[in-house]
Amino acid sequence: MSEPSQPDERPKAQDVPVRTGLGGADIVTDDAGLHRADDSGEAPEYHDGTQIVARSQWQLFRRRFFRHKLAMGSMLFLLIITLAAFNAERVAPYGFNEIDVVMRSTPPTFEGWHLFGTDQLGRDYFSRVIYGTRVSLQVAVVVAIISTLIGTTLGAVAGYYRGWVDAILMRFADLIIIVPLLAVLLIFAAFFGQGQPMRIGVIIALLSWPSLARIVRGVFLSLREKEYVQAARAAGAGDLRIMFRHMLPNTMGPILVNMTLVLAAAILLEATLAFLGLGVNPPTPALGLLINAGRSSMLTSWWLIIMPGLTIVAIALAINFVGDGLRDALDPTQQEK
Amino acid sequence: MGAEPQFVDAPTGVADAEPLLSIRDLVTEFKTPDGIVHAVDGVSYEVFPGETLGVVGESGSGKSVTVMSVLRLIPQPPGRIANGQILLDGTDLLQLSDADMRKVRGKDVAMIFQDPMTSLNPVLSVGDQLAEAILVHNDIGEDAARKRVVELLELVGVPNADQRFDQYPHEYSGGMRQRAMIAMAMANQPKILIADEPTTALDVTIQAQVLEVLQRAKQETNAGVILITHDLGVIAEMADRVVVMYGGRVVETGTVDEIFHSPKHPYTLGLLSSLPRPDVDMERLVPIPGQPPSLINLPSGCSFHPRCHLGEGRQTCRTEIPPLFELGPMRASACHFHEEMEDEIHRVESTTGTAIEGDEA
Amino acid sequence: MLNYALRRLLITIPILILSTFLTFGFVSSSGDPLADLRQQPNITQEQIQRVREMRGLDDPFPVQYLRWVEQIPQGGFGEYLISPRPIWPDLQRVMGNTLQLVVAAELIAFAIAVTLGAVSAKKQYSVFDYSTTTLSFLGFSMPSFWFALLLQVGVVIIYRWTGYRIFPIANLSSPNPGTGMAFWLDRAHHLVLPIASLAIFSIASYSRYMRASMLEVMSSDYIRTARAKGLSERKITTRHMMRNALIPTVTVAALSFGTLISGAIVIETVFGLDGMGRYFINVIGRRDPYPIMAWLVIVGFFLMLANLLADLLYGYLDPRIRYE
Ligand SMILES: Nc1ncnc2c1ncn2[C@@H]1O[C@H](COP(=O)(O)OP(=O)(O)OP(=O)(O)O)[C@@H](O)[C@H]1O
Ligand code: SF4
Ligand SMILES: [Mg+2]
Repeated sequence: MSEPSQPDERPKAQDVPVRTGLGGADIVTDDAGLHRADDSGEAPEYHDGTQIVARSQWQLFRRRFFRHKLAMGSMLFLLIITLAAFNAERVAPYGFNEIDVVMRSTPPTFEGWHLFGTDQLGRDYFSRVIYGTRVSLQVAVVVAIISTLIGTTLGAVAGYYRGWVDAILMRFADLIIIVPLLAVLLIFAAFFGQGQPMRIGVIIALLSWPSLARIVRGVFLSLREKEYVQAARAAGAGDLRIMFRHMLPNTMGPILVNMTLVLAAAILLEATLAFLGLGVNPPTPALGLLINAGRSSMLTSWWLIIMPGLTIVAIALAINFVGDGLRDALDPTQQEK
Repeated sequence: MGAEPQFVDAPTGVADAEPLLSIRDLVTEFKTPDGIVHAVDGVSYEVFPGETLGVVGESGSGKSVTVMSVLRLIPQPPGRIANGQILLDGTDLLQLSDADMRKVRGKDVAMIFQDPMTSLNPVLSVGDQLAEAILVHNDIGEDAARKRVVELLELVGVPNADQRFDQYPHEYSGGMRQRAMIAMAMANQPKILIADEPTTALDVTIQAQVLEVLQRAKQETNAGVILITHDLGVIAEMADRVVVMYGGRVVETGTVDEIFHSPKHPYTLGLLSSLPRPDVDMERLVPIPGQPPSLINLPSGCSFHPRCHLGEGRQTCRTEIPPLFELGPMRASACHFHEEMEDEIHRVESTTGTAIEGDEA
Repeated sequence: MLNYALRRLLITIPILILSTFLTFGFVSSSGDPLADLRQQPNITQEQIQRVREMRGLDDPFPVQYLRWVEQIPQGGFGEYLISPRPIWPDLQRVMGNTLQLVVAAELIAFAIAVTLGAVSAKKQYSVFDYSTTTLSFLGFSMPSFWFALLLQVGVVIIYRWTGYRIFPIANLSSPNPGTGMAFWLDRAHHLVLPIASLAIFSIASYSRYMRASMLEVMSSDYIRTARAKGLSERKITTRHMMRNALIPTVTVAALSFGTLISGAIVIETVFGLDGMGRYFINVIGRRDPYPIMAWLVIVGFFLMLANLLADLLYGYLDPRIRYE
């Protein structure tokens, strides 16, 4: 036995009634007959172990996300990039077709602020990359918004109504998931894209919703049976009201995380389409197009493919890091560090 | 009963025998985001040859973590065995090398887990998984192992054992799986058999059968058994001695009769009076008020004090950790006021109409 | 089990028919397929009109579609819209080449990813784990065509330094590849960079799945049981963990055949390989609906095959499925 002691050394019983909070610690007794310490800190040696800090889901989430250094850094980076891209006219040192005759095929240099070098015509690649980033971001944002709307709506409908609606929608989603996305995109883009960022975005979005639809459906299926949803239904709330007021808020987390995945994927897809010549039309310098243009001279002017490529990677990586931060912040089992 | 401790029904031969397994001052903790969970905080108890030791206590009181520490199966990280000794026949298991520890697992100390549904690998046949347990510790061929497994399966009452050998866990019912788990545990004639809530996940109708099989396994192997359960009925039926745990500590030990009829700790009394019995109206049951304690931030003094009627308003209870007062051989209580338990029992008896003290004793 | 898989296979056939029908519908409704022909100065209106009539381009498109479907059993996939050459021989050629690329990339990616995923799960939070996680993030965030270009540049740089071309950066074979063993060695040599470019994304993705399912398996009850038996850690890993963790990973891998084809479109373009991907880009550029549909049918067929394979593998690995 761990602490054997002789009966005569037994600690003396000391009866000190403290019900009224005289002296020592303030004790309140509630209905269950439990003593709770007043959290005044006056008697630090006394506590009953019930003072667990209550934090709301949202606070917890925010705290965890803000602690995620990588995600916060990435967020900042994306913010700067976005601001720069959408103010390209003011930020870029040159216009995207402006030619610096003196400095053709120049590697990255501070001279004349050709930070990403110039091409054979003397066009400044730093400026072209900024304009190109705008195209990428435009497309990506369109994709993210539309595919989120479609995915959320279809997923919600499938999960809420179940039955044959669910079956058809999900078979359809399955199909889109296994099909070679790029091939279908190329067909669409070739016949309907017409090189416009908005159209390209819509086309990508039409093929990017299934993963989100599945996730939202899953959450809705489980929420359907929850008491508060049943209660809302019993209280006569309409389907739409239940779906949007009561169920949708609970899917915000997965939707946000999925949005980052879609954003990153859209950036890469747009670049690939542009690289293959079926994306946004010239002269708008899409990032993929810049890389394609730099290909012919990539052995001598390496910066022409490296710089736009690194930009794509940096943006996609930053988005993925933000997504990772969100996922960690939402995951209750995740360890905080 | 007066202040004098009574020694009732100590299992024959136990008092003077050497313990087979002796857990001493075990401290196991887990690092979590909210702080360090002191899951096991200075636990000591012994198991003697041939006895069944029942371990009871609320959920989260550290029963499982204690026995998982014995097998050194605490996931590290986040877990850590911070202190203590676990002596099996005099050898401290905590000092063994990993390789030597593996020789102990499944051979000297075998374990049966709570959930037979998830405790078997779904993609391997039940027979293979049992044979594996034999093959690790014995230098025999696969055929011999198969024969032995079929014998074992028959012994625990799995019908058509030979065909069942090749079936997969999902083809077994819950009760059958738990029988298979028991067969696996007894495969190497262990000295200690640990059963962690072996019947909790099963249908009531099957529980009794599985307990019977467990009893048979004990006789067959002559092992000392640690039986963890929430079900005091099971304890009454199966156990010789009982360890009561609360908040990661042992709060009372004694024989089954002692624990059931003259509890020396208010928590034990609480457990007993919250136990449904045929002779009591359900309405008169007294559940223990309040929540189990937070293991990160244990209540000061006696960790039971926020819920204790006997200790209500007493300064000692709130500031001084009660040691485990030894009340006799293998009889102990961690309550400052264990001498007043007699009155407390009377009080509870009068409110619930139950008879605790003296009954059957 | 086989029955179940075959039944699922049959369901995909109507999907295939529907998708070619849709493709045909909007390809032929979204523009003049003879536009290219019109651009050419030496072609007269009469010649164009003759092509129109010969191919029945004035019929309603369901009729055209049916005519196209009818000819599949007999004449393969018919002829190109403008040049009267059969489509099938071309497809046959590029199909073999792409399969070599895709299957090799998939197998290599799978083997590497499973190893990486399993090891980083077993060493969770180690330097190795953090490195593979970081690298896989990089793999997700990198356009594969750009990675392919980097490889090409890298090989050329090495050539300039050492005078030695470690890998070819274009084509499927040397001008005189030889026969038999020599041919295949030459082919393998040519495919190293394309395979690497194609595999990188799969490695990044599968290794994440493997790591996640490995972690889940590692904390499962039956692994605790295996430990309690006294099994060695190596035995637990190979016999109890890997096989269980492989189940979801295999499914993911088998279902990503479409992704691989997408990858092949890009990679074959970068490396100038005579495969289905580049073929597809060509026919898309020409806006010729017939080879596009033929291509879709072939890819659909392989998708079904990949699905079947996934089902069978799944059944093999998971006895709970096997007997359903
Ligand atoms: N891997 C772990 N990580 C963190 N905490 C843990 C871990 N395993 C156990 N604990 C904590 O240790 C405490 C004791 O758990 P234990 O499983 O021993 O309780 P128990 O008495 O067996 O309860 P039950 O009757 O529910 O099985 C619990 O509070 C639990 O949260
Ligand atoms: S020490 Fe005090 S609080 Fe603890 S059990 Fe005994 S009487 Fe109750
Ligand atoms: Mg337990």
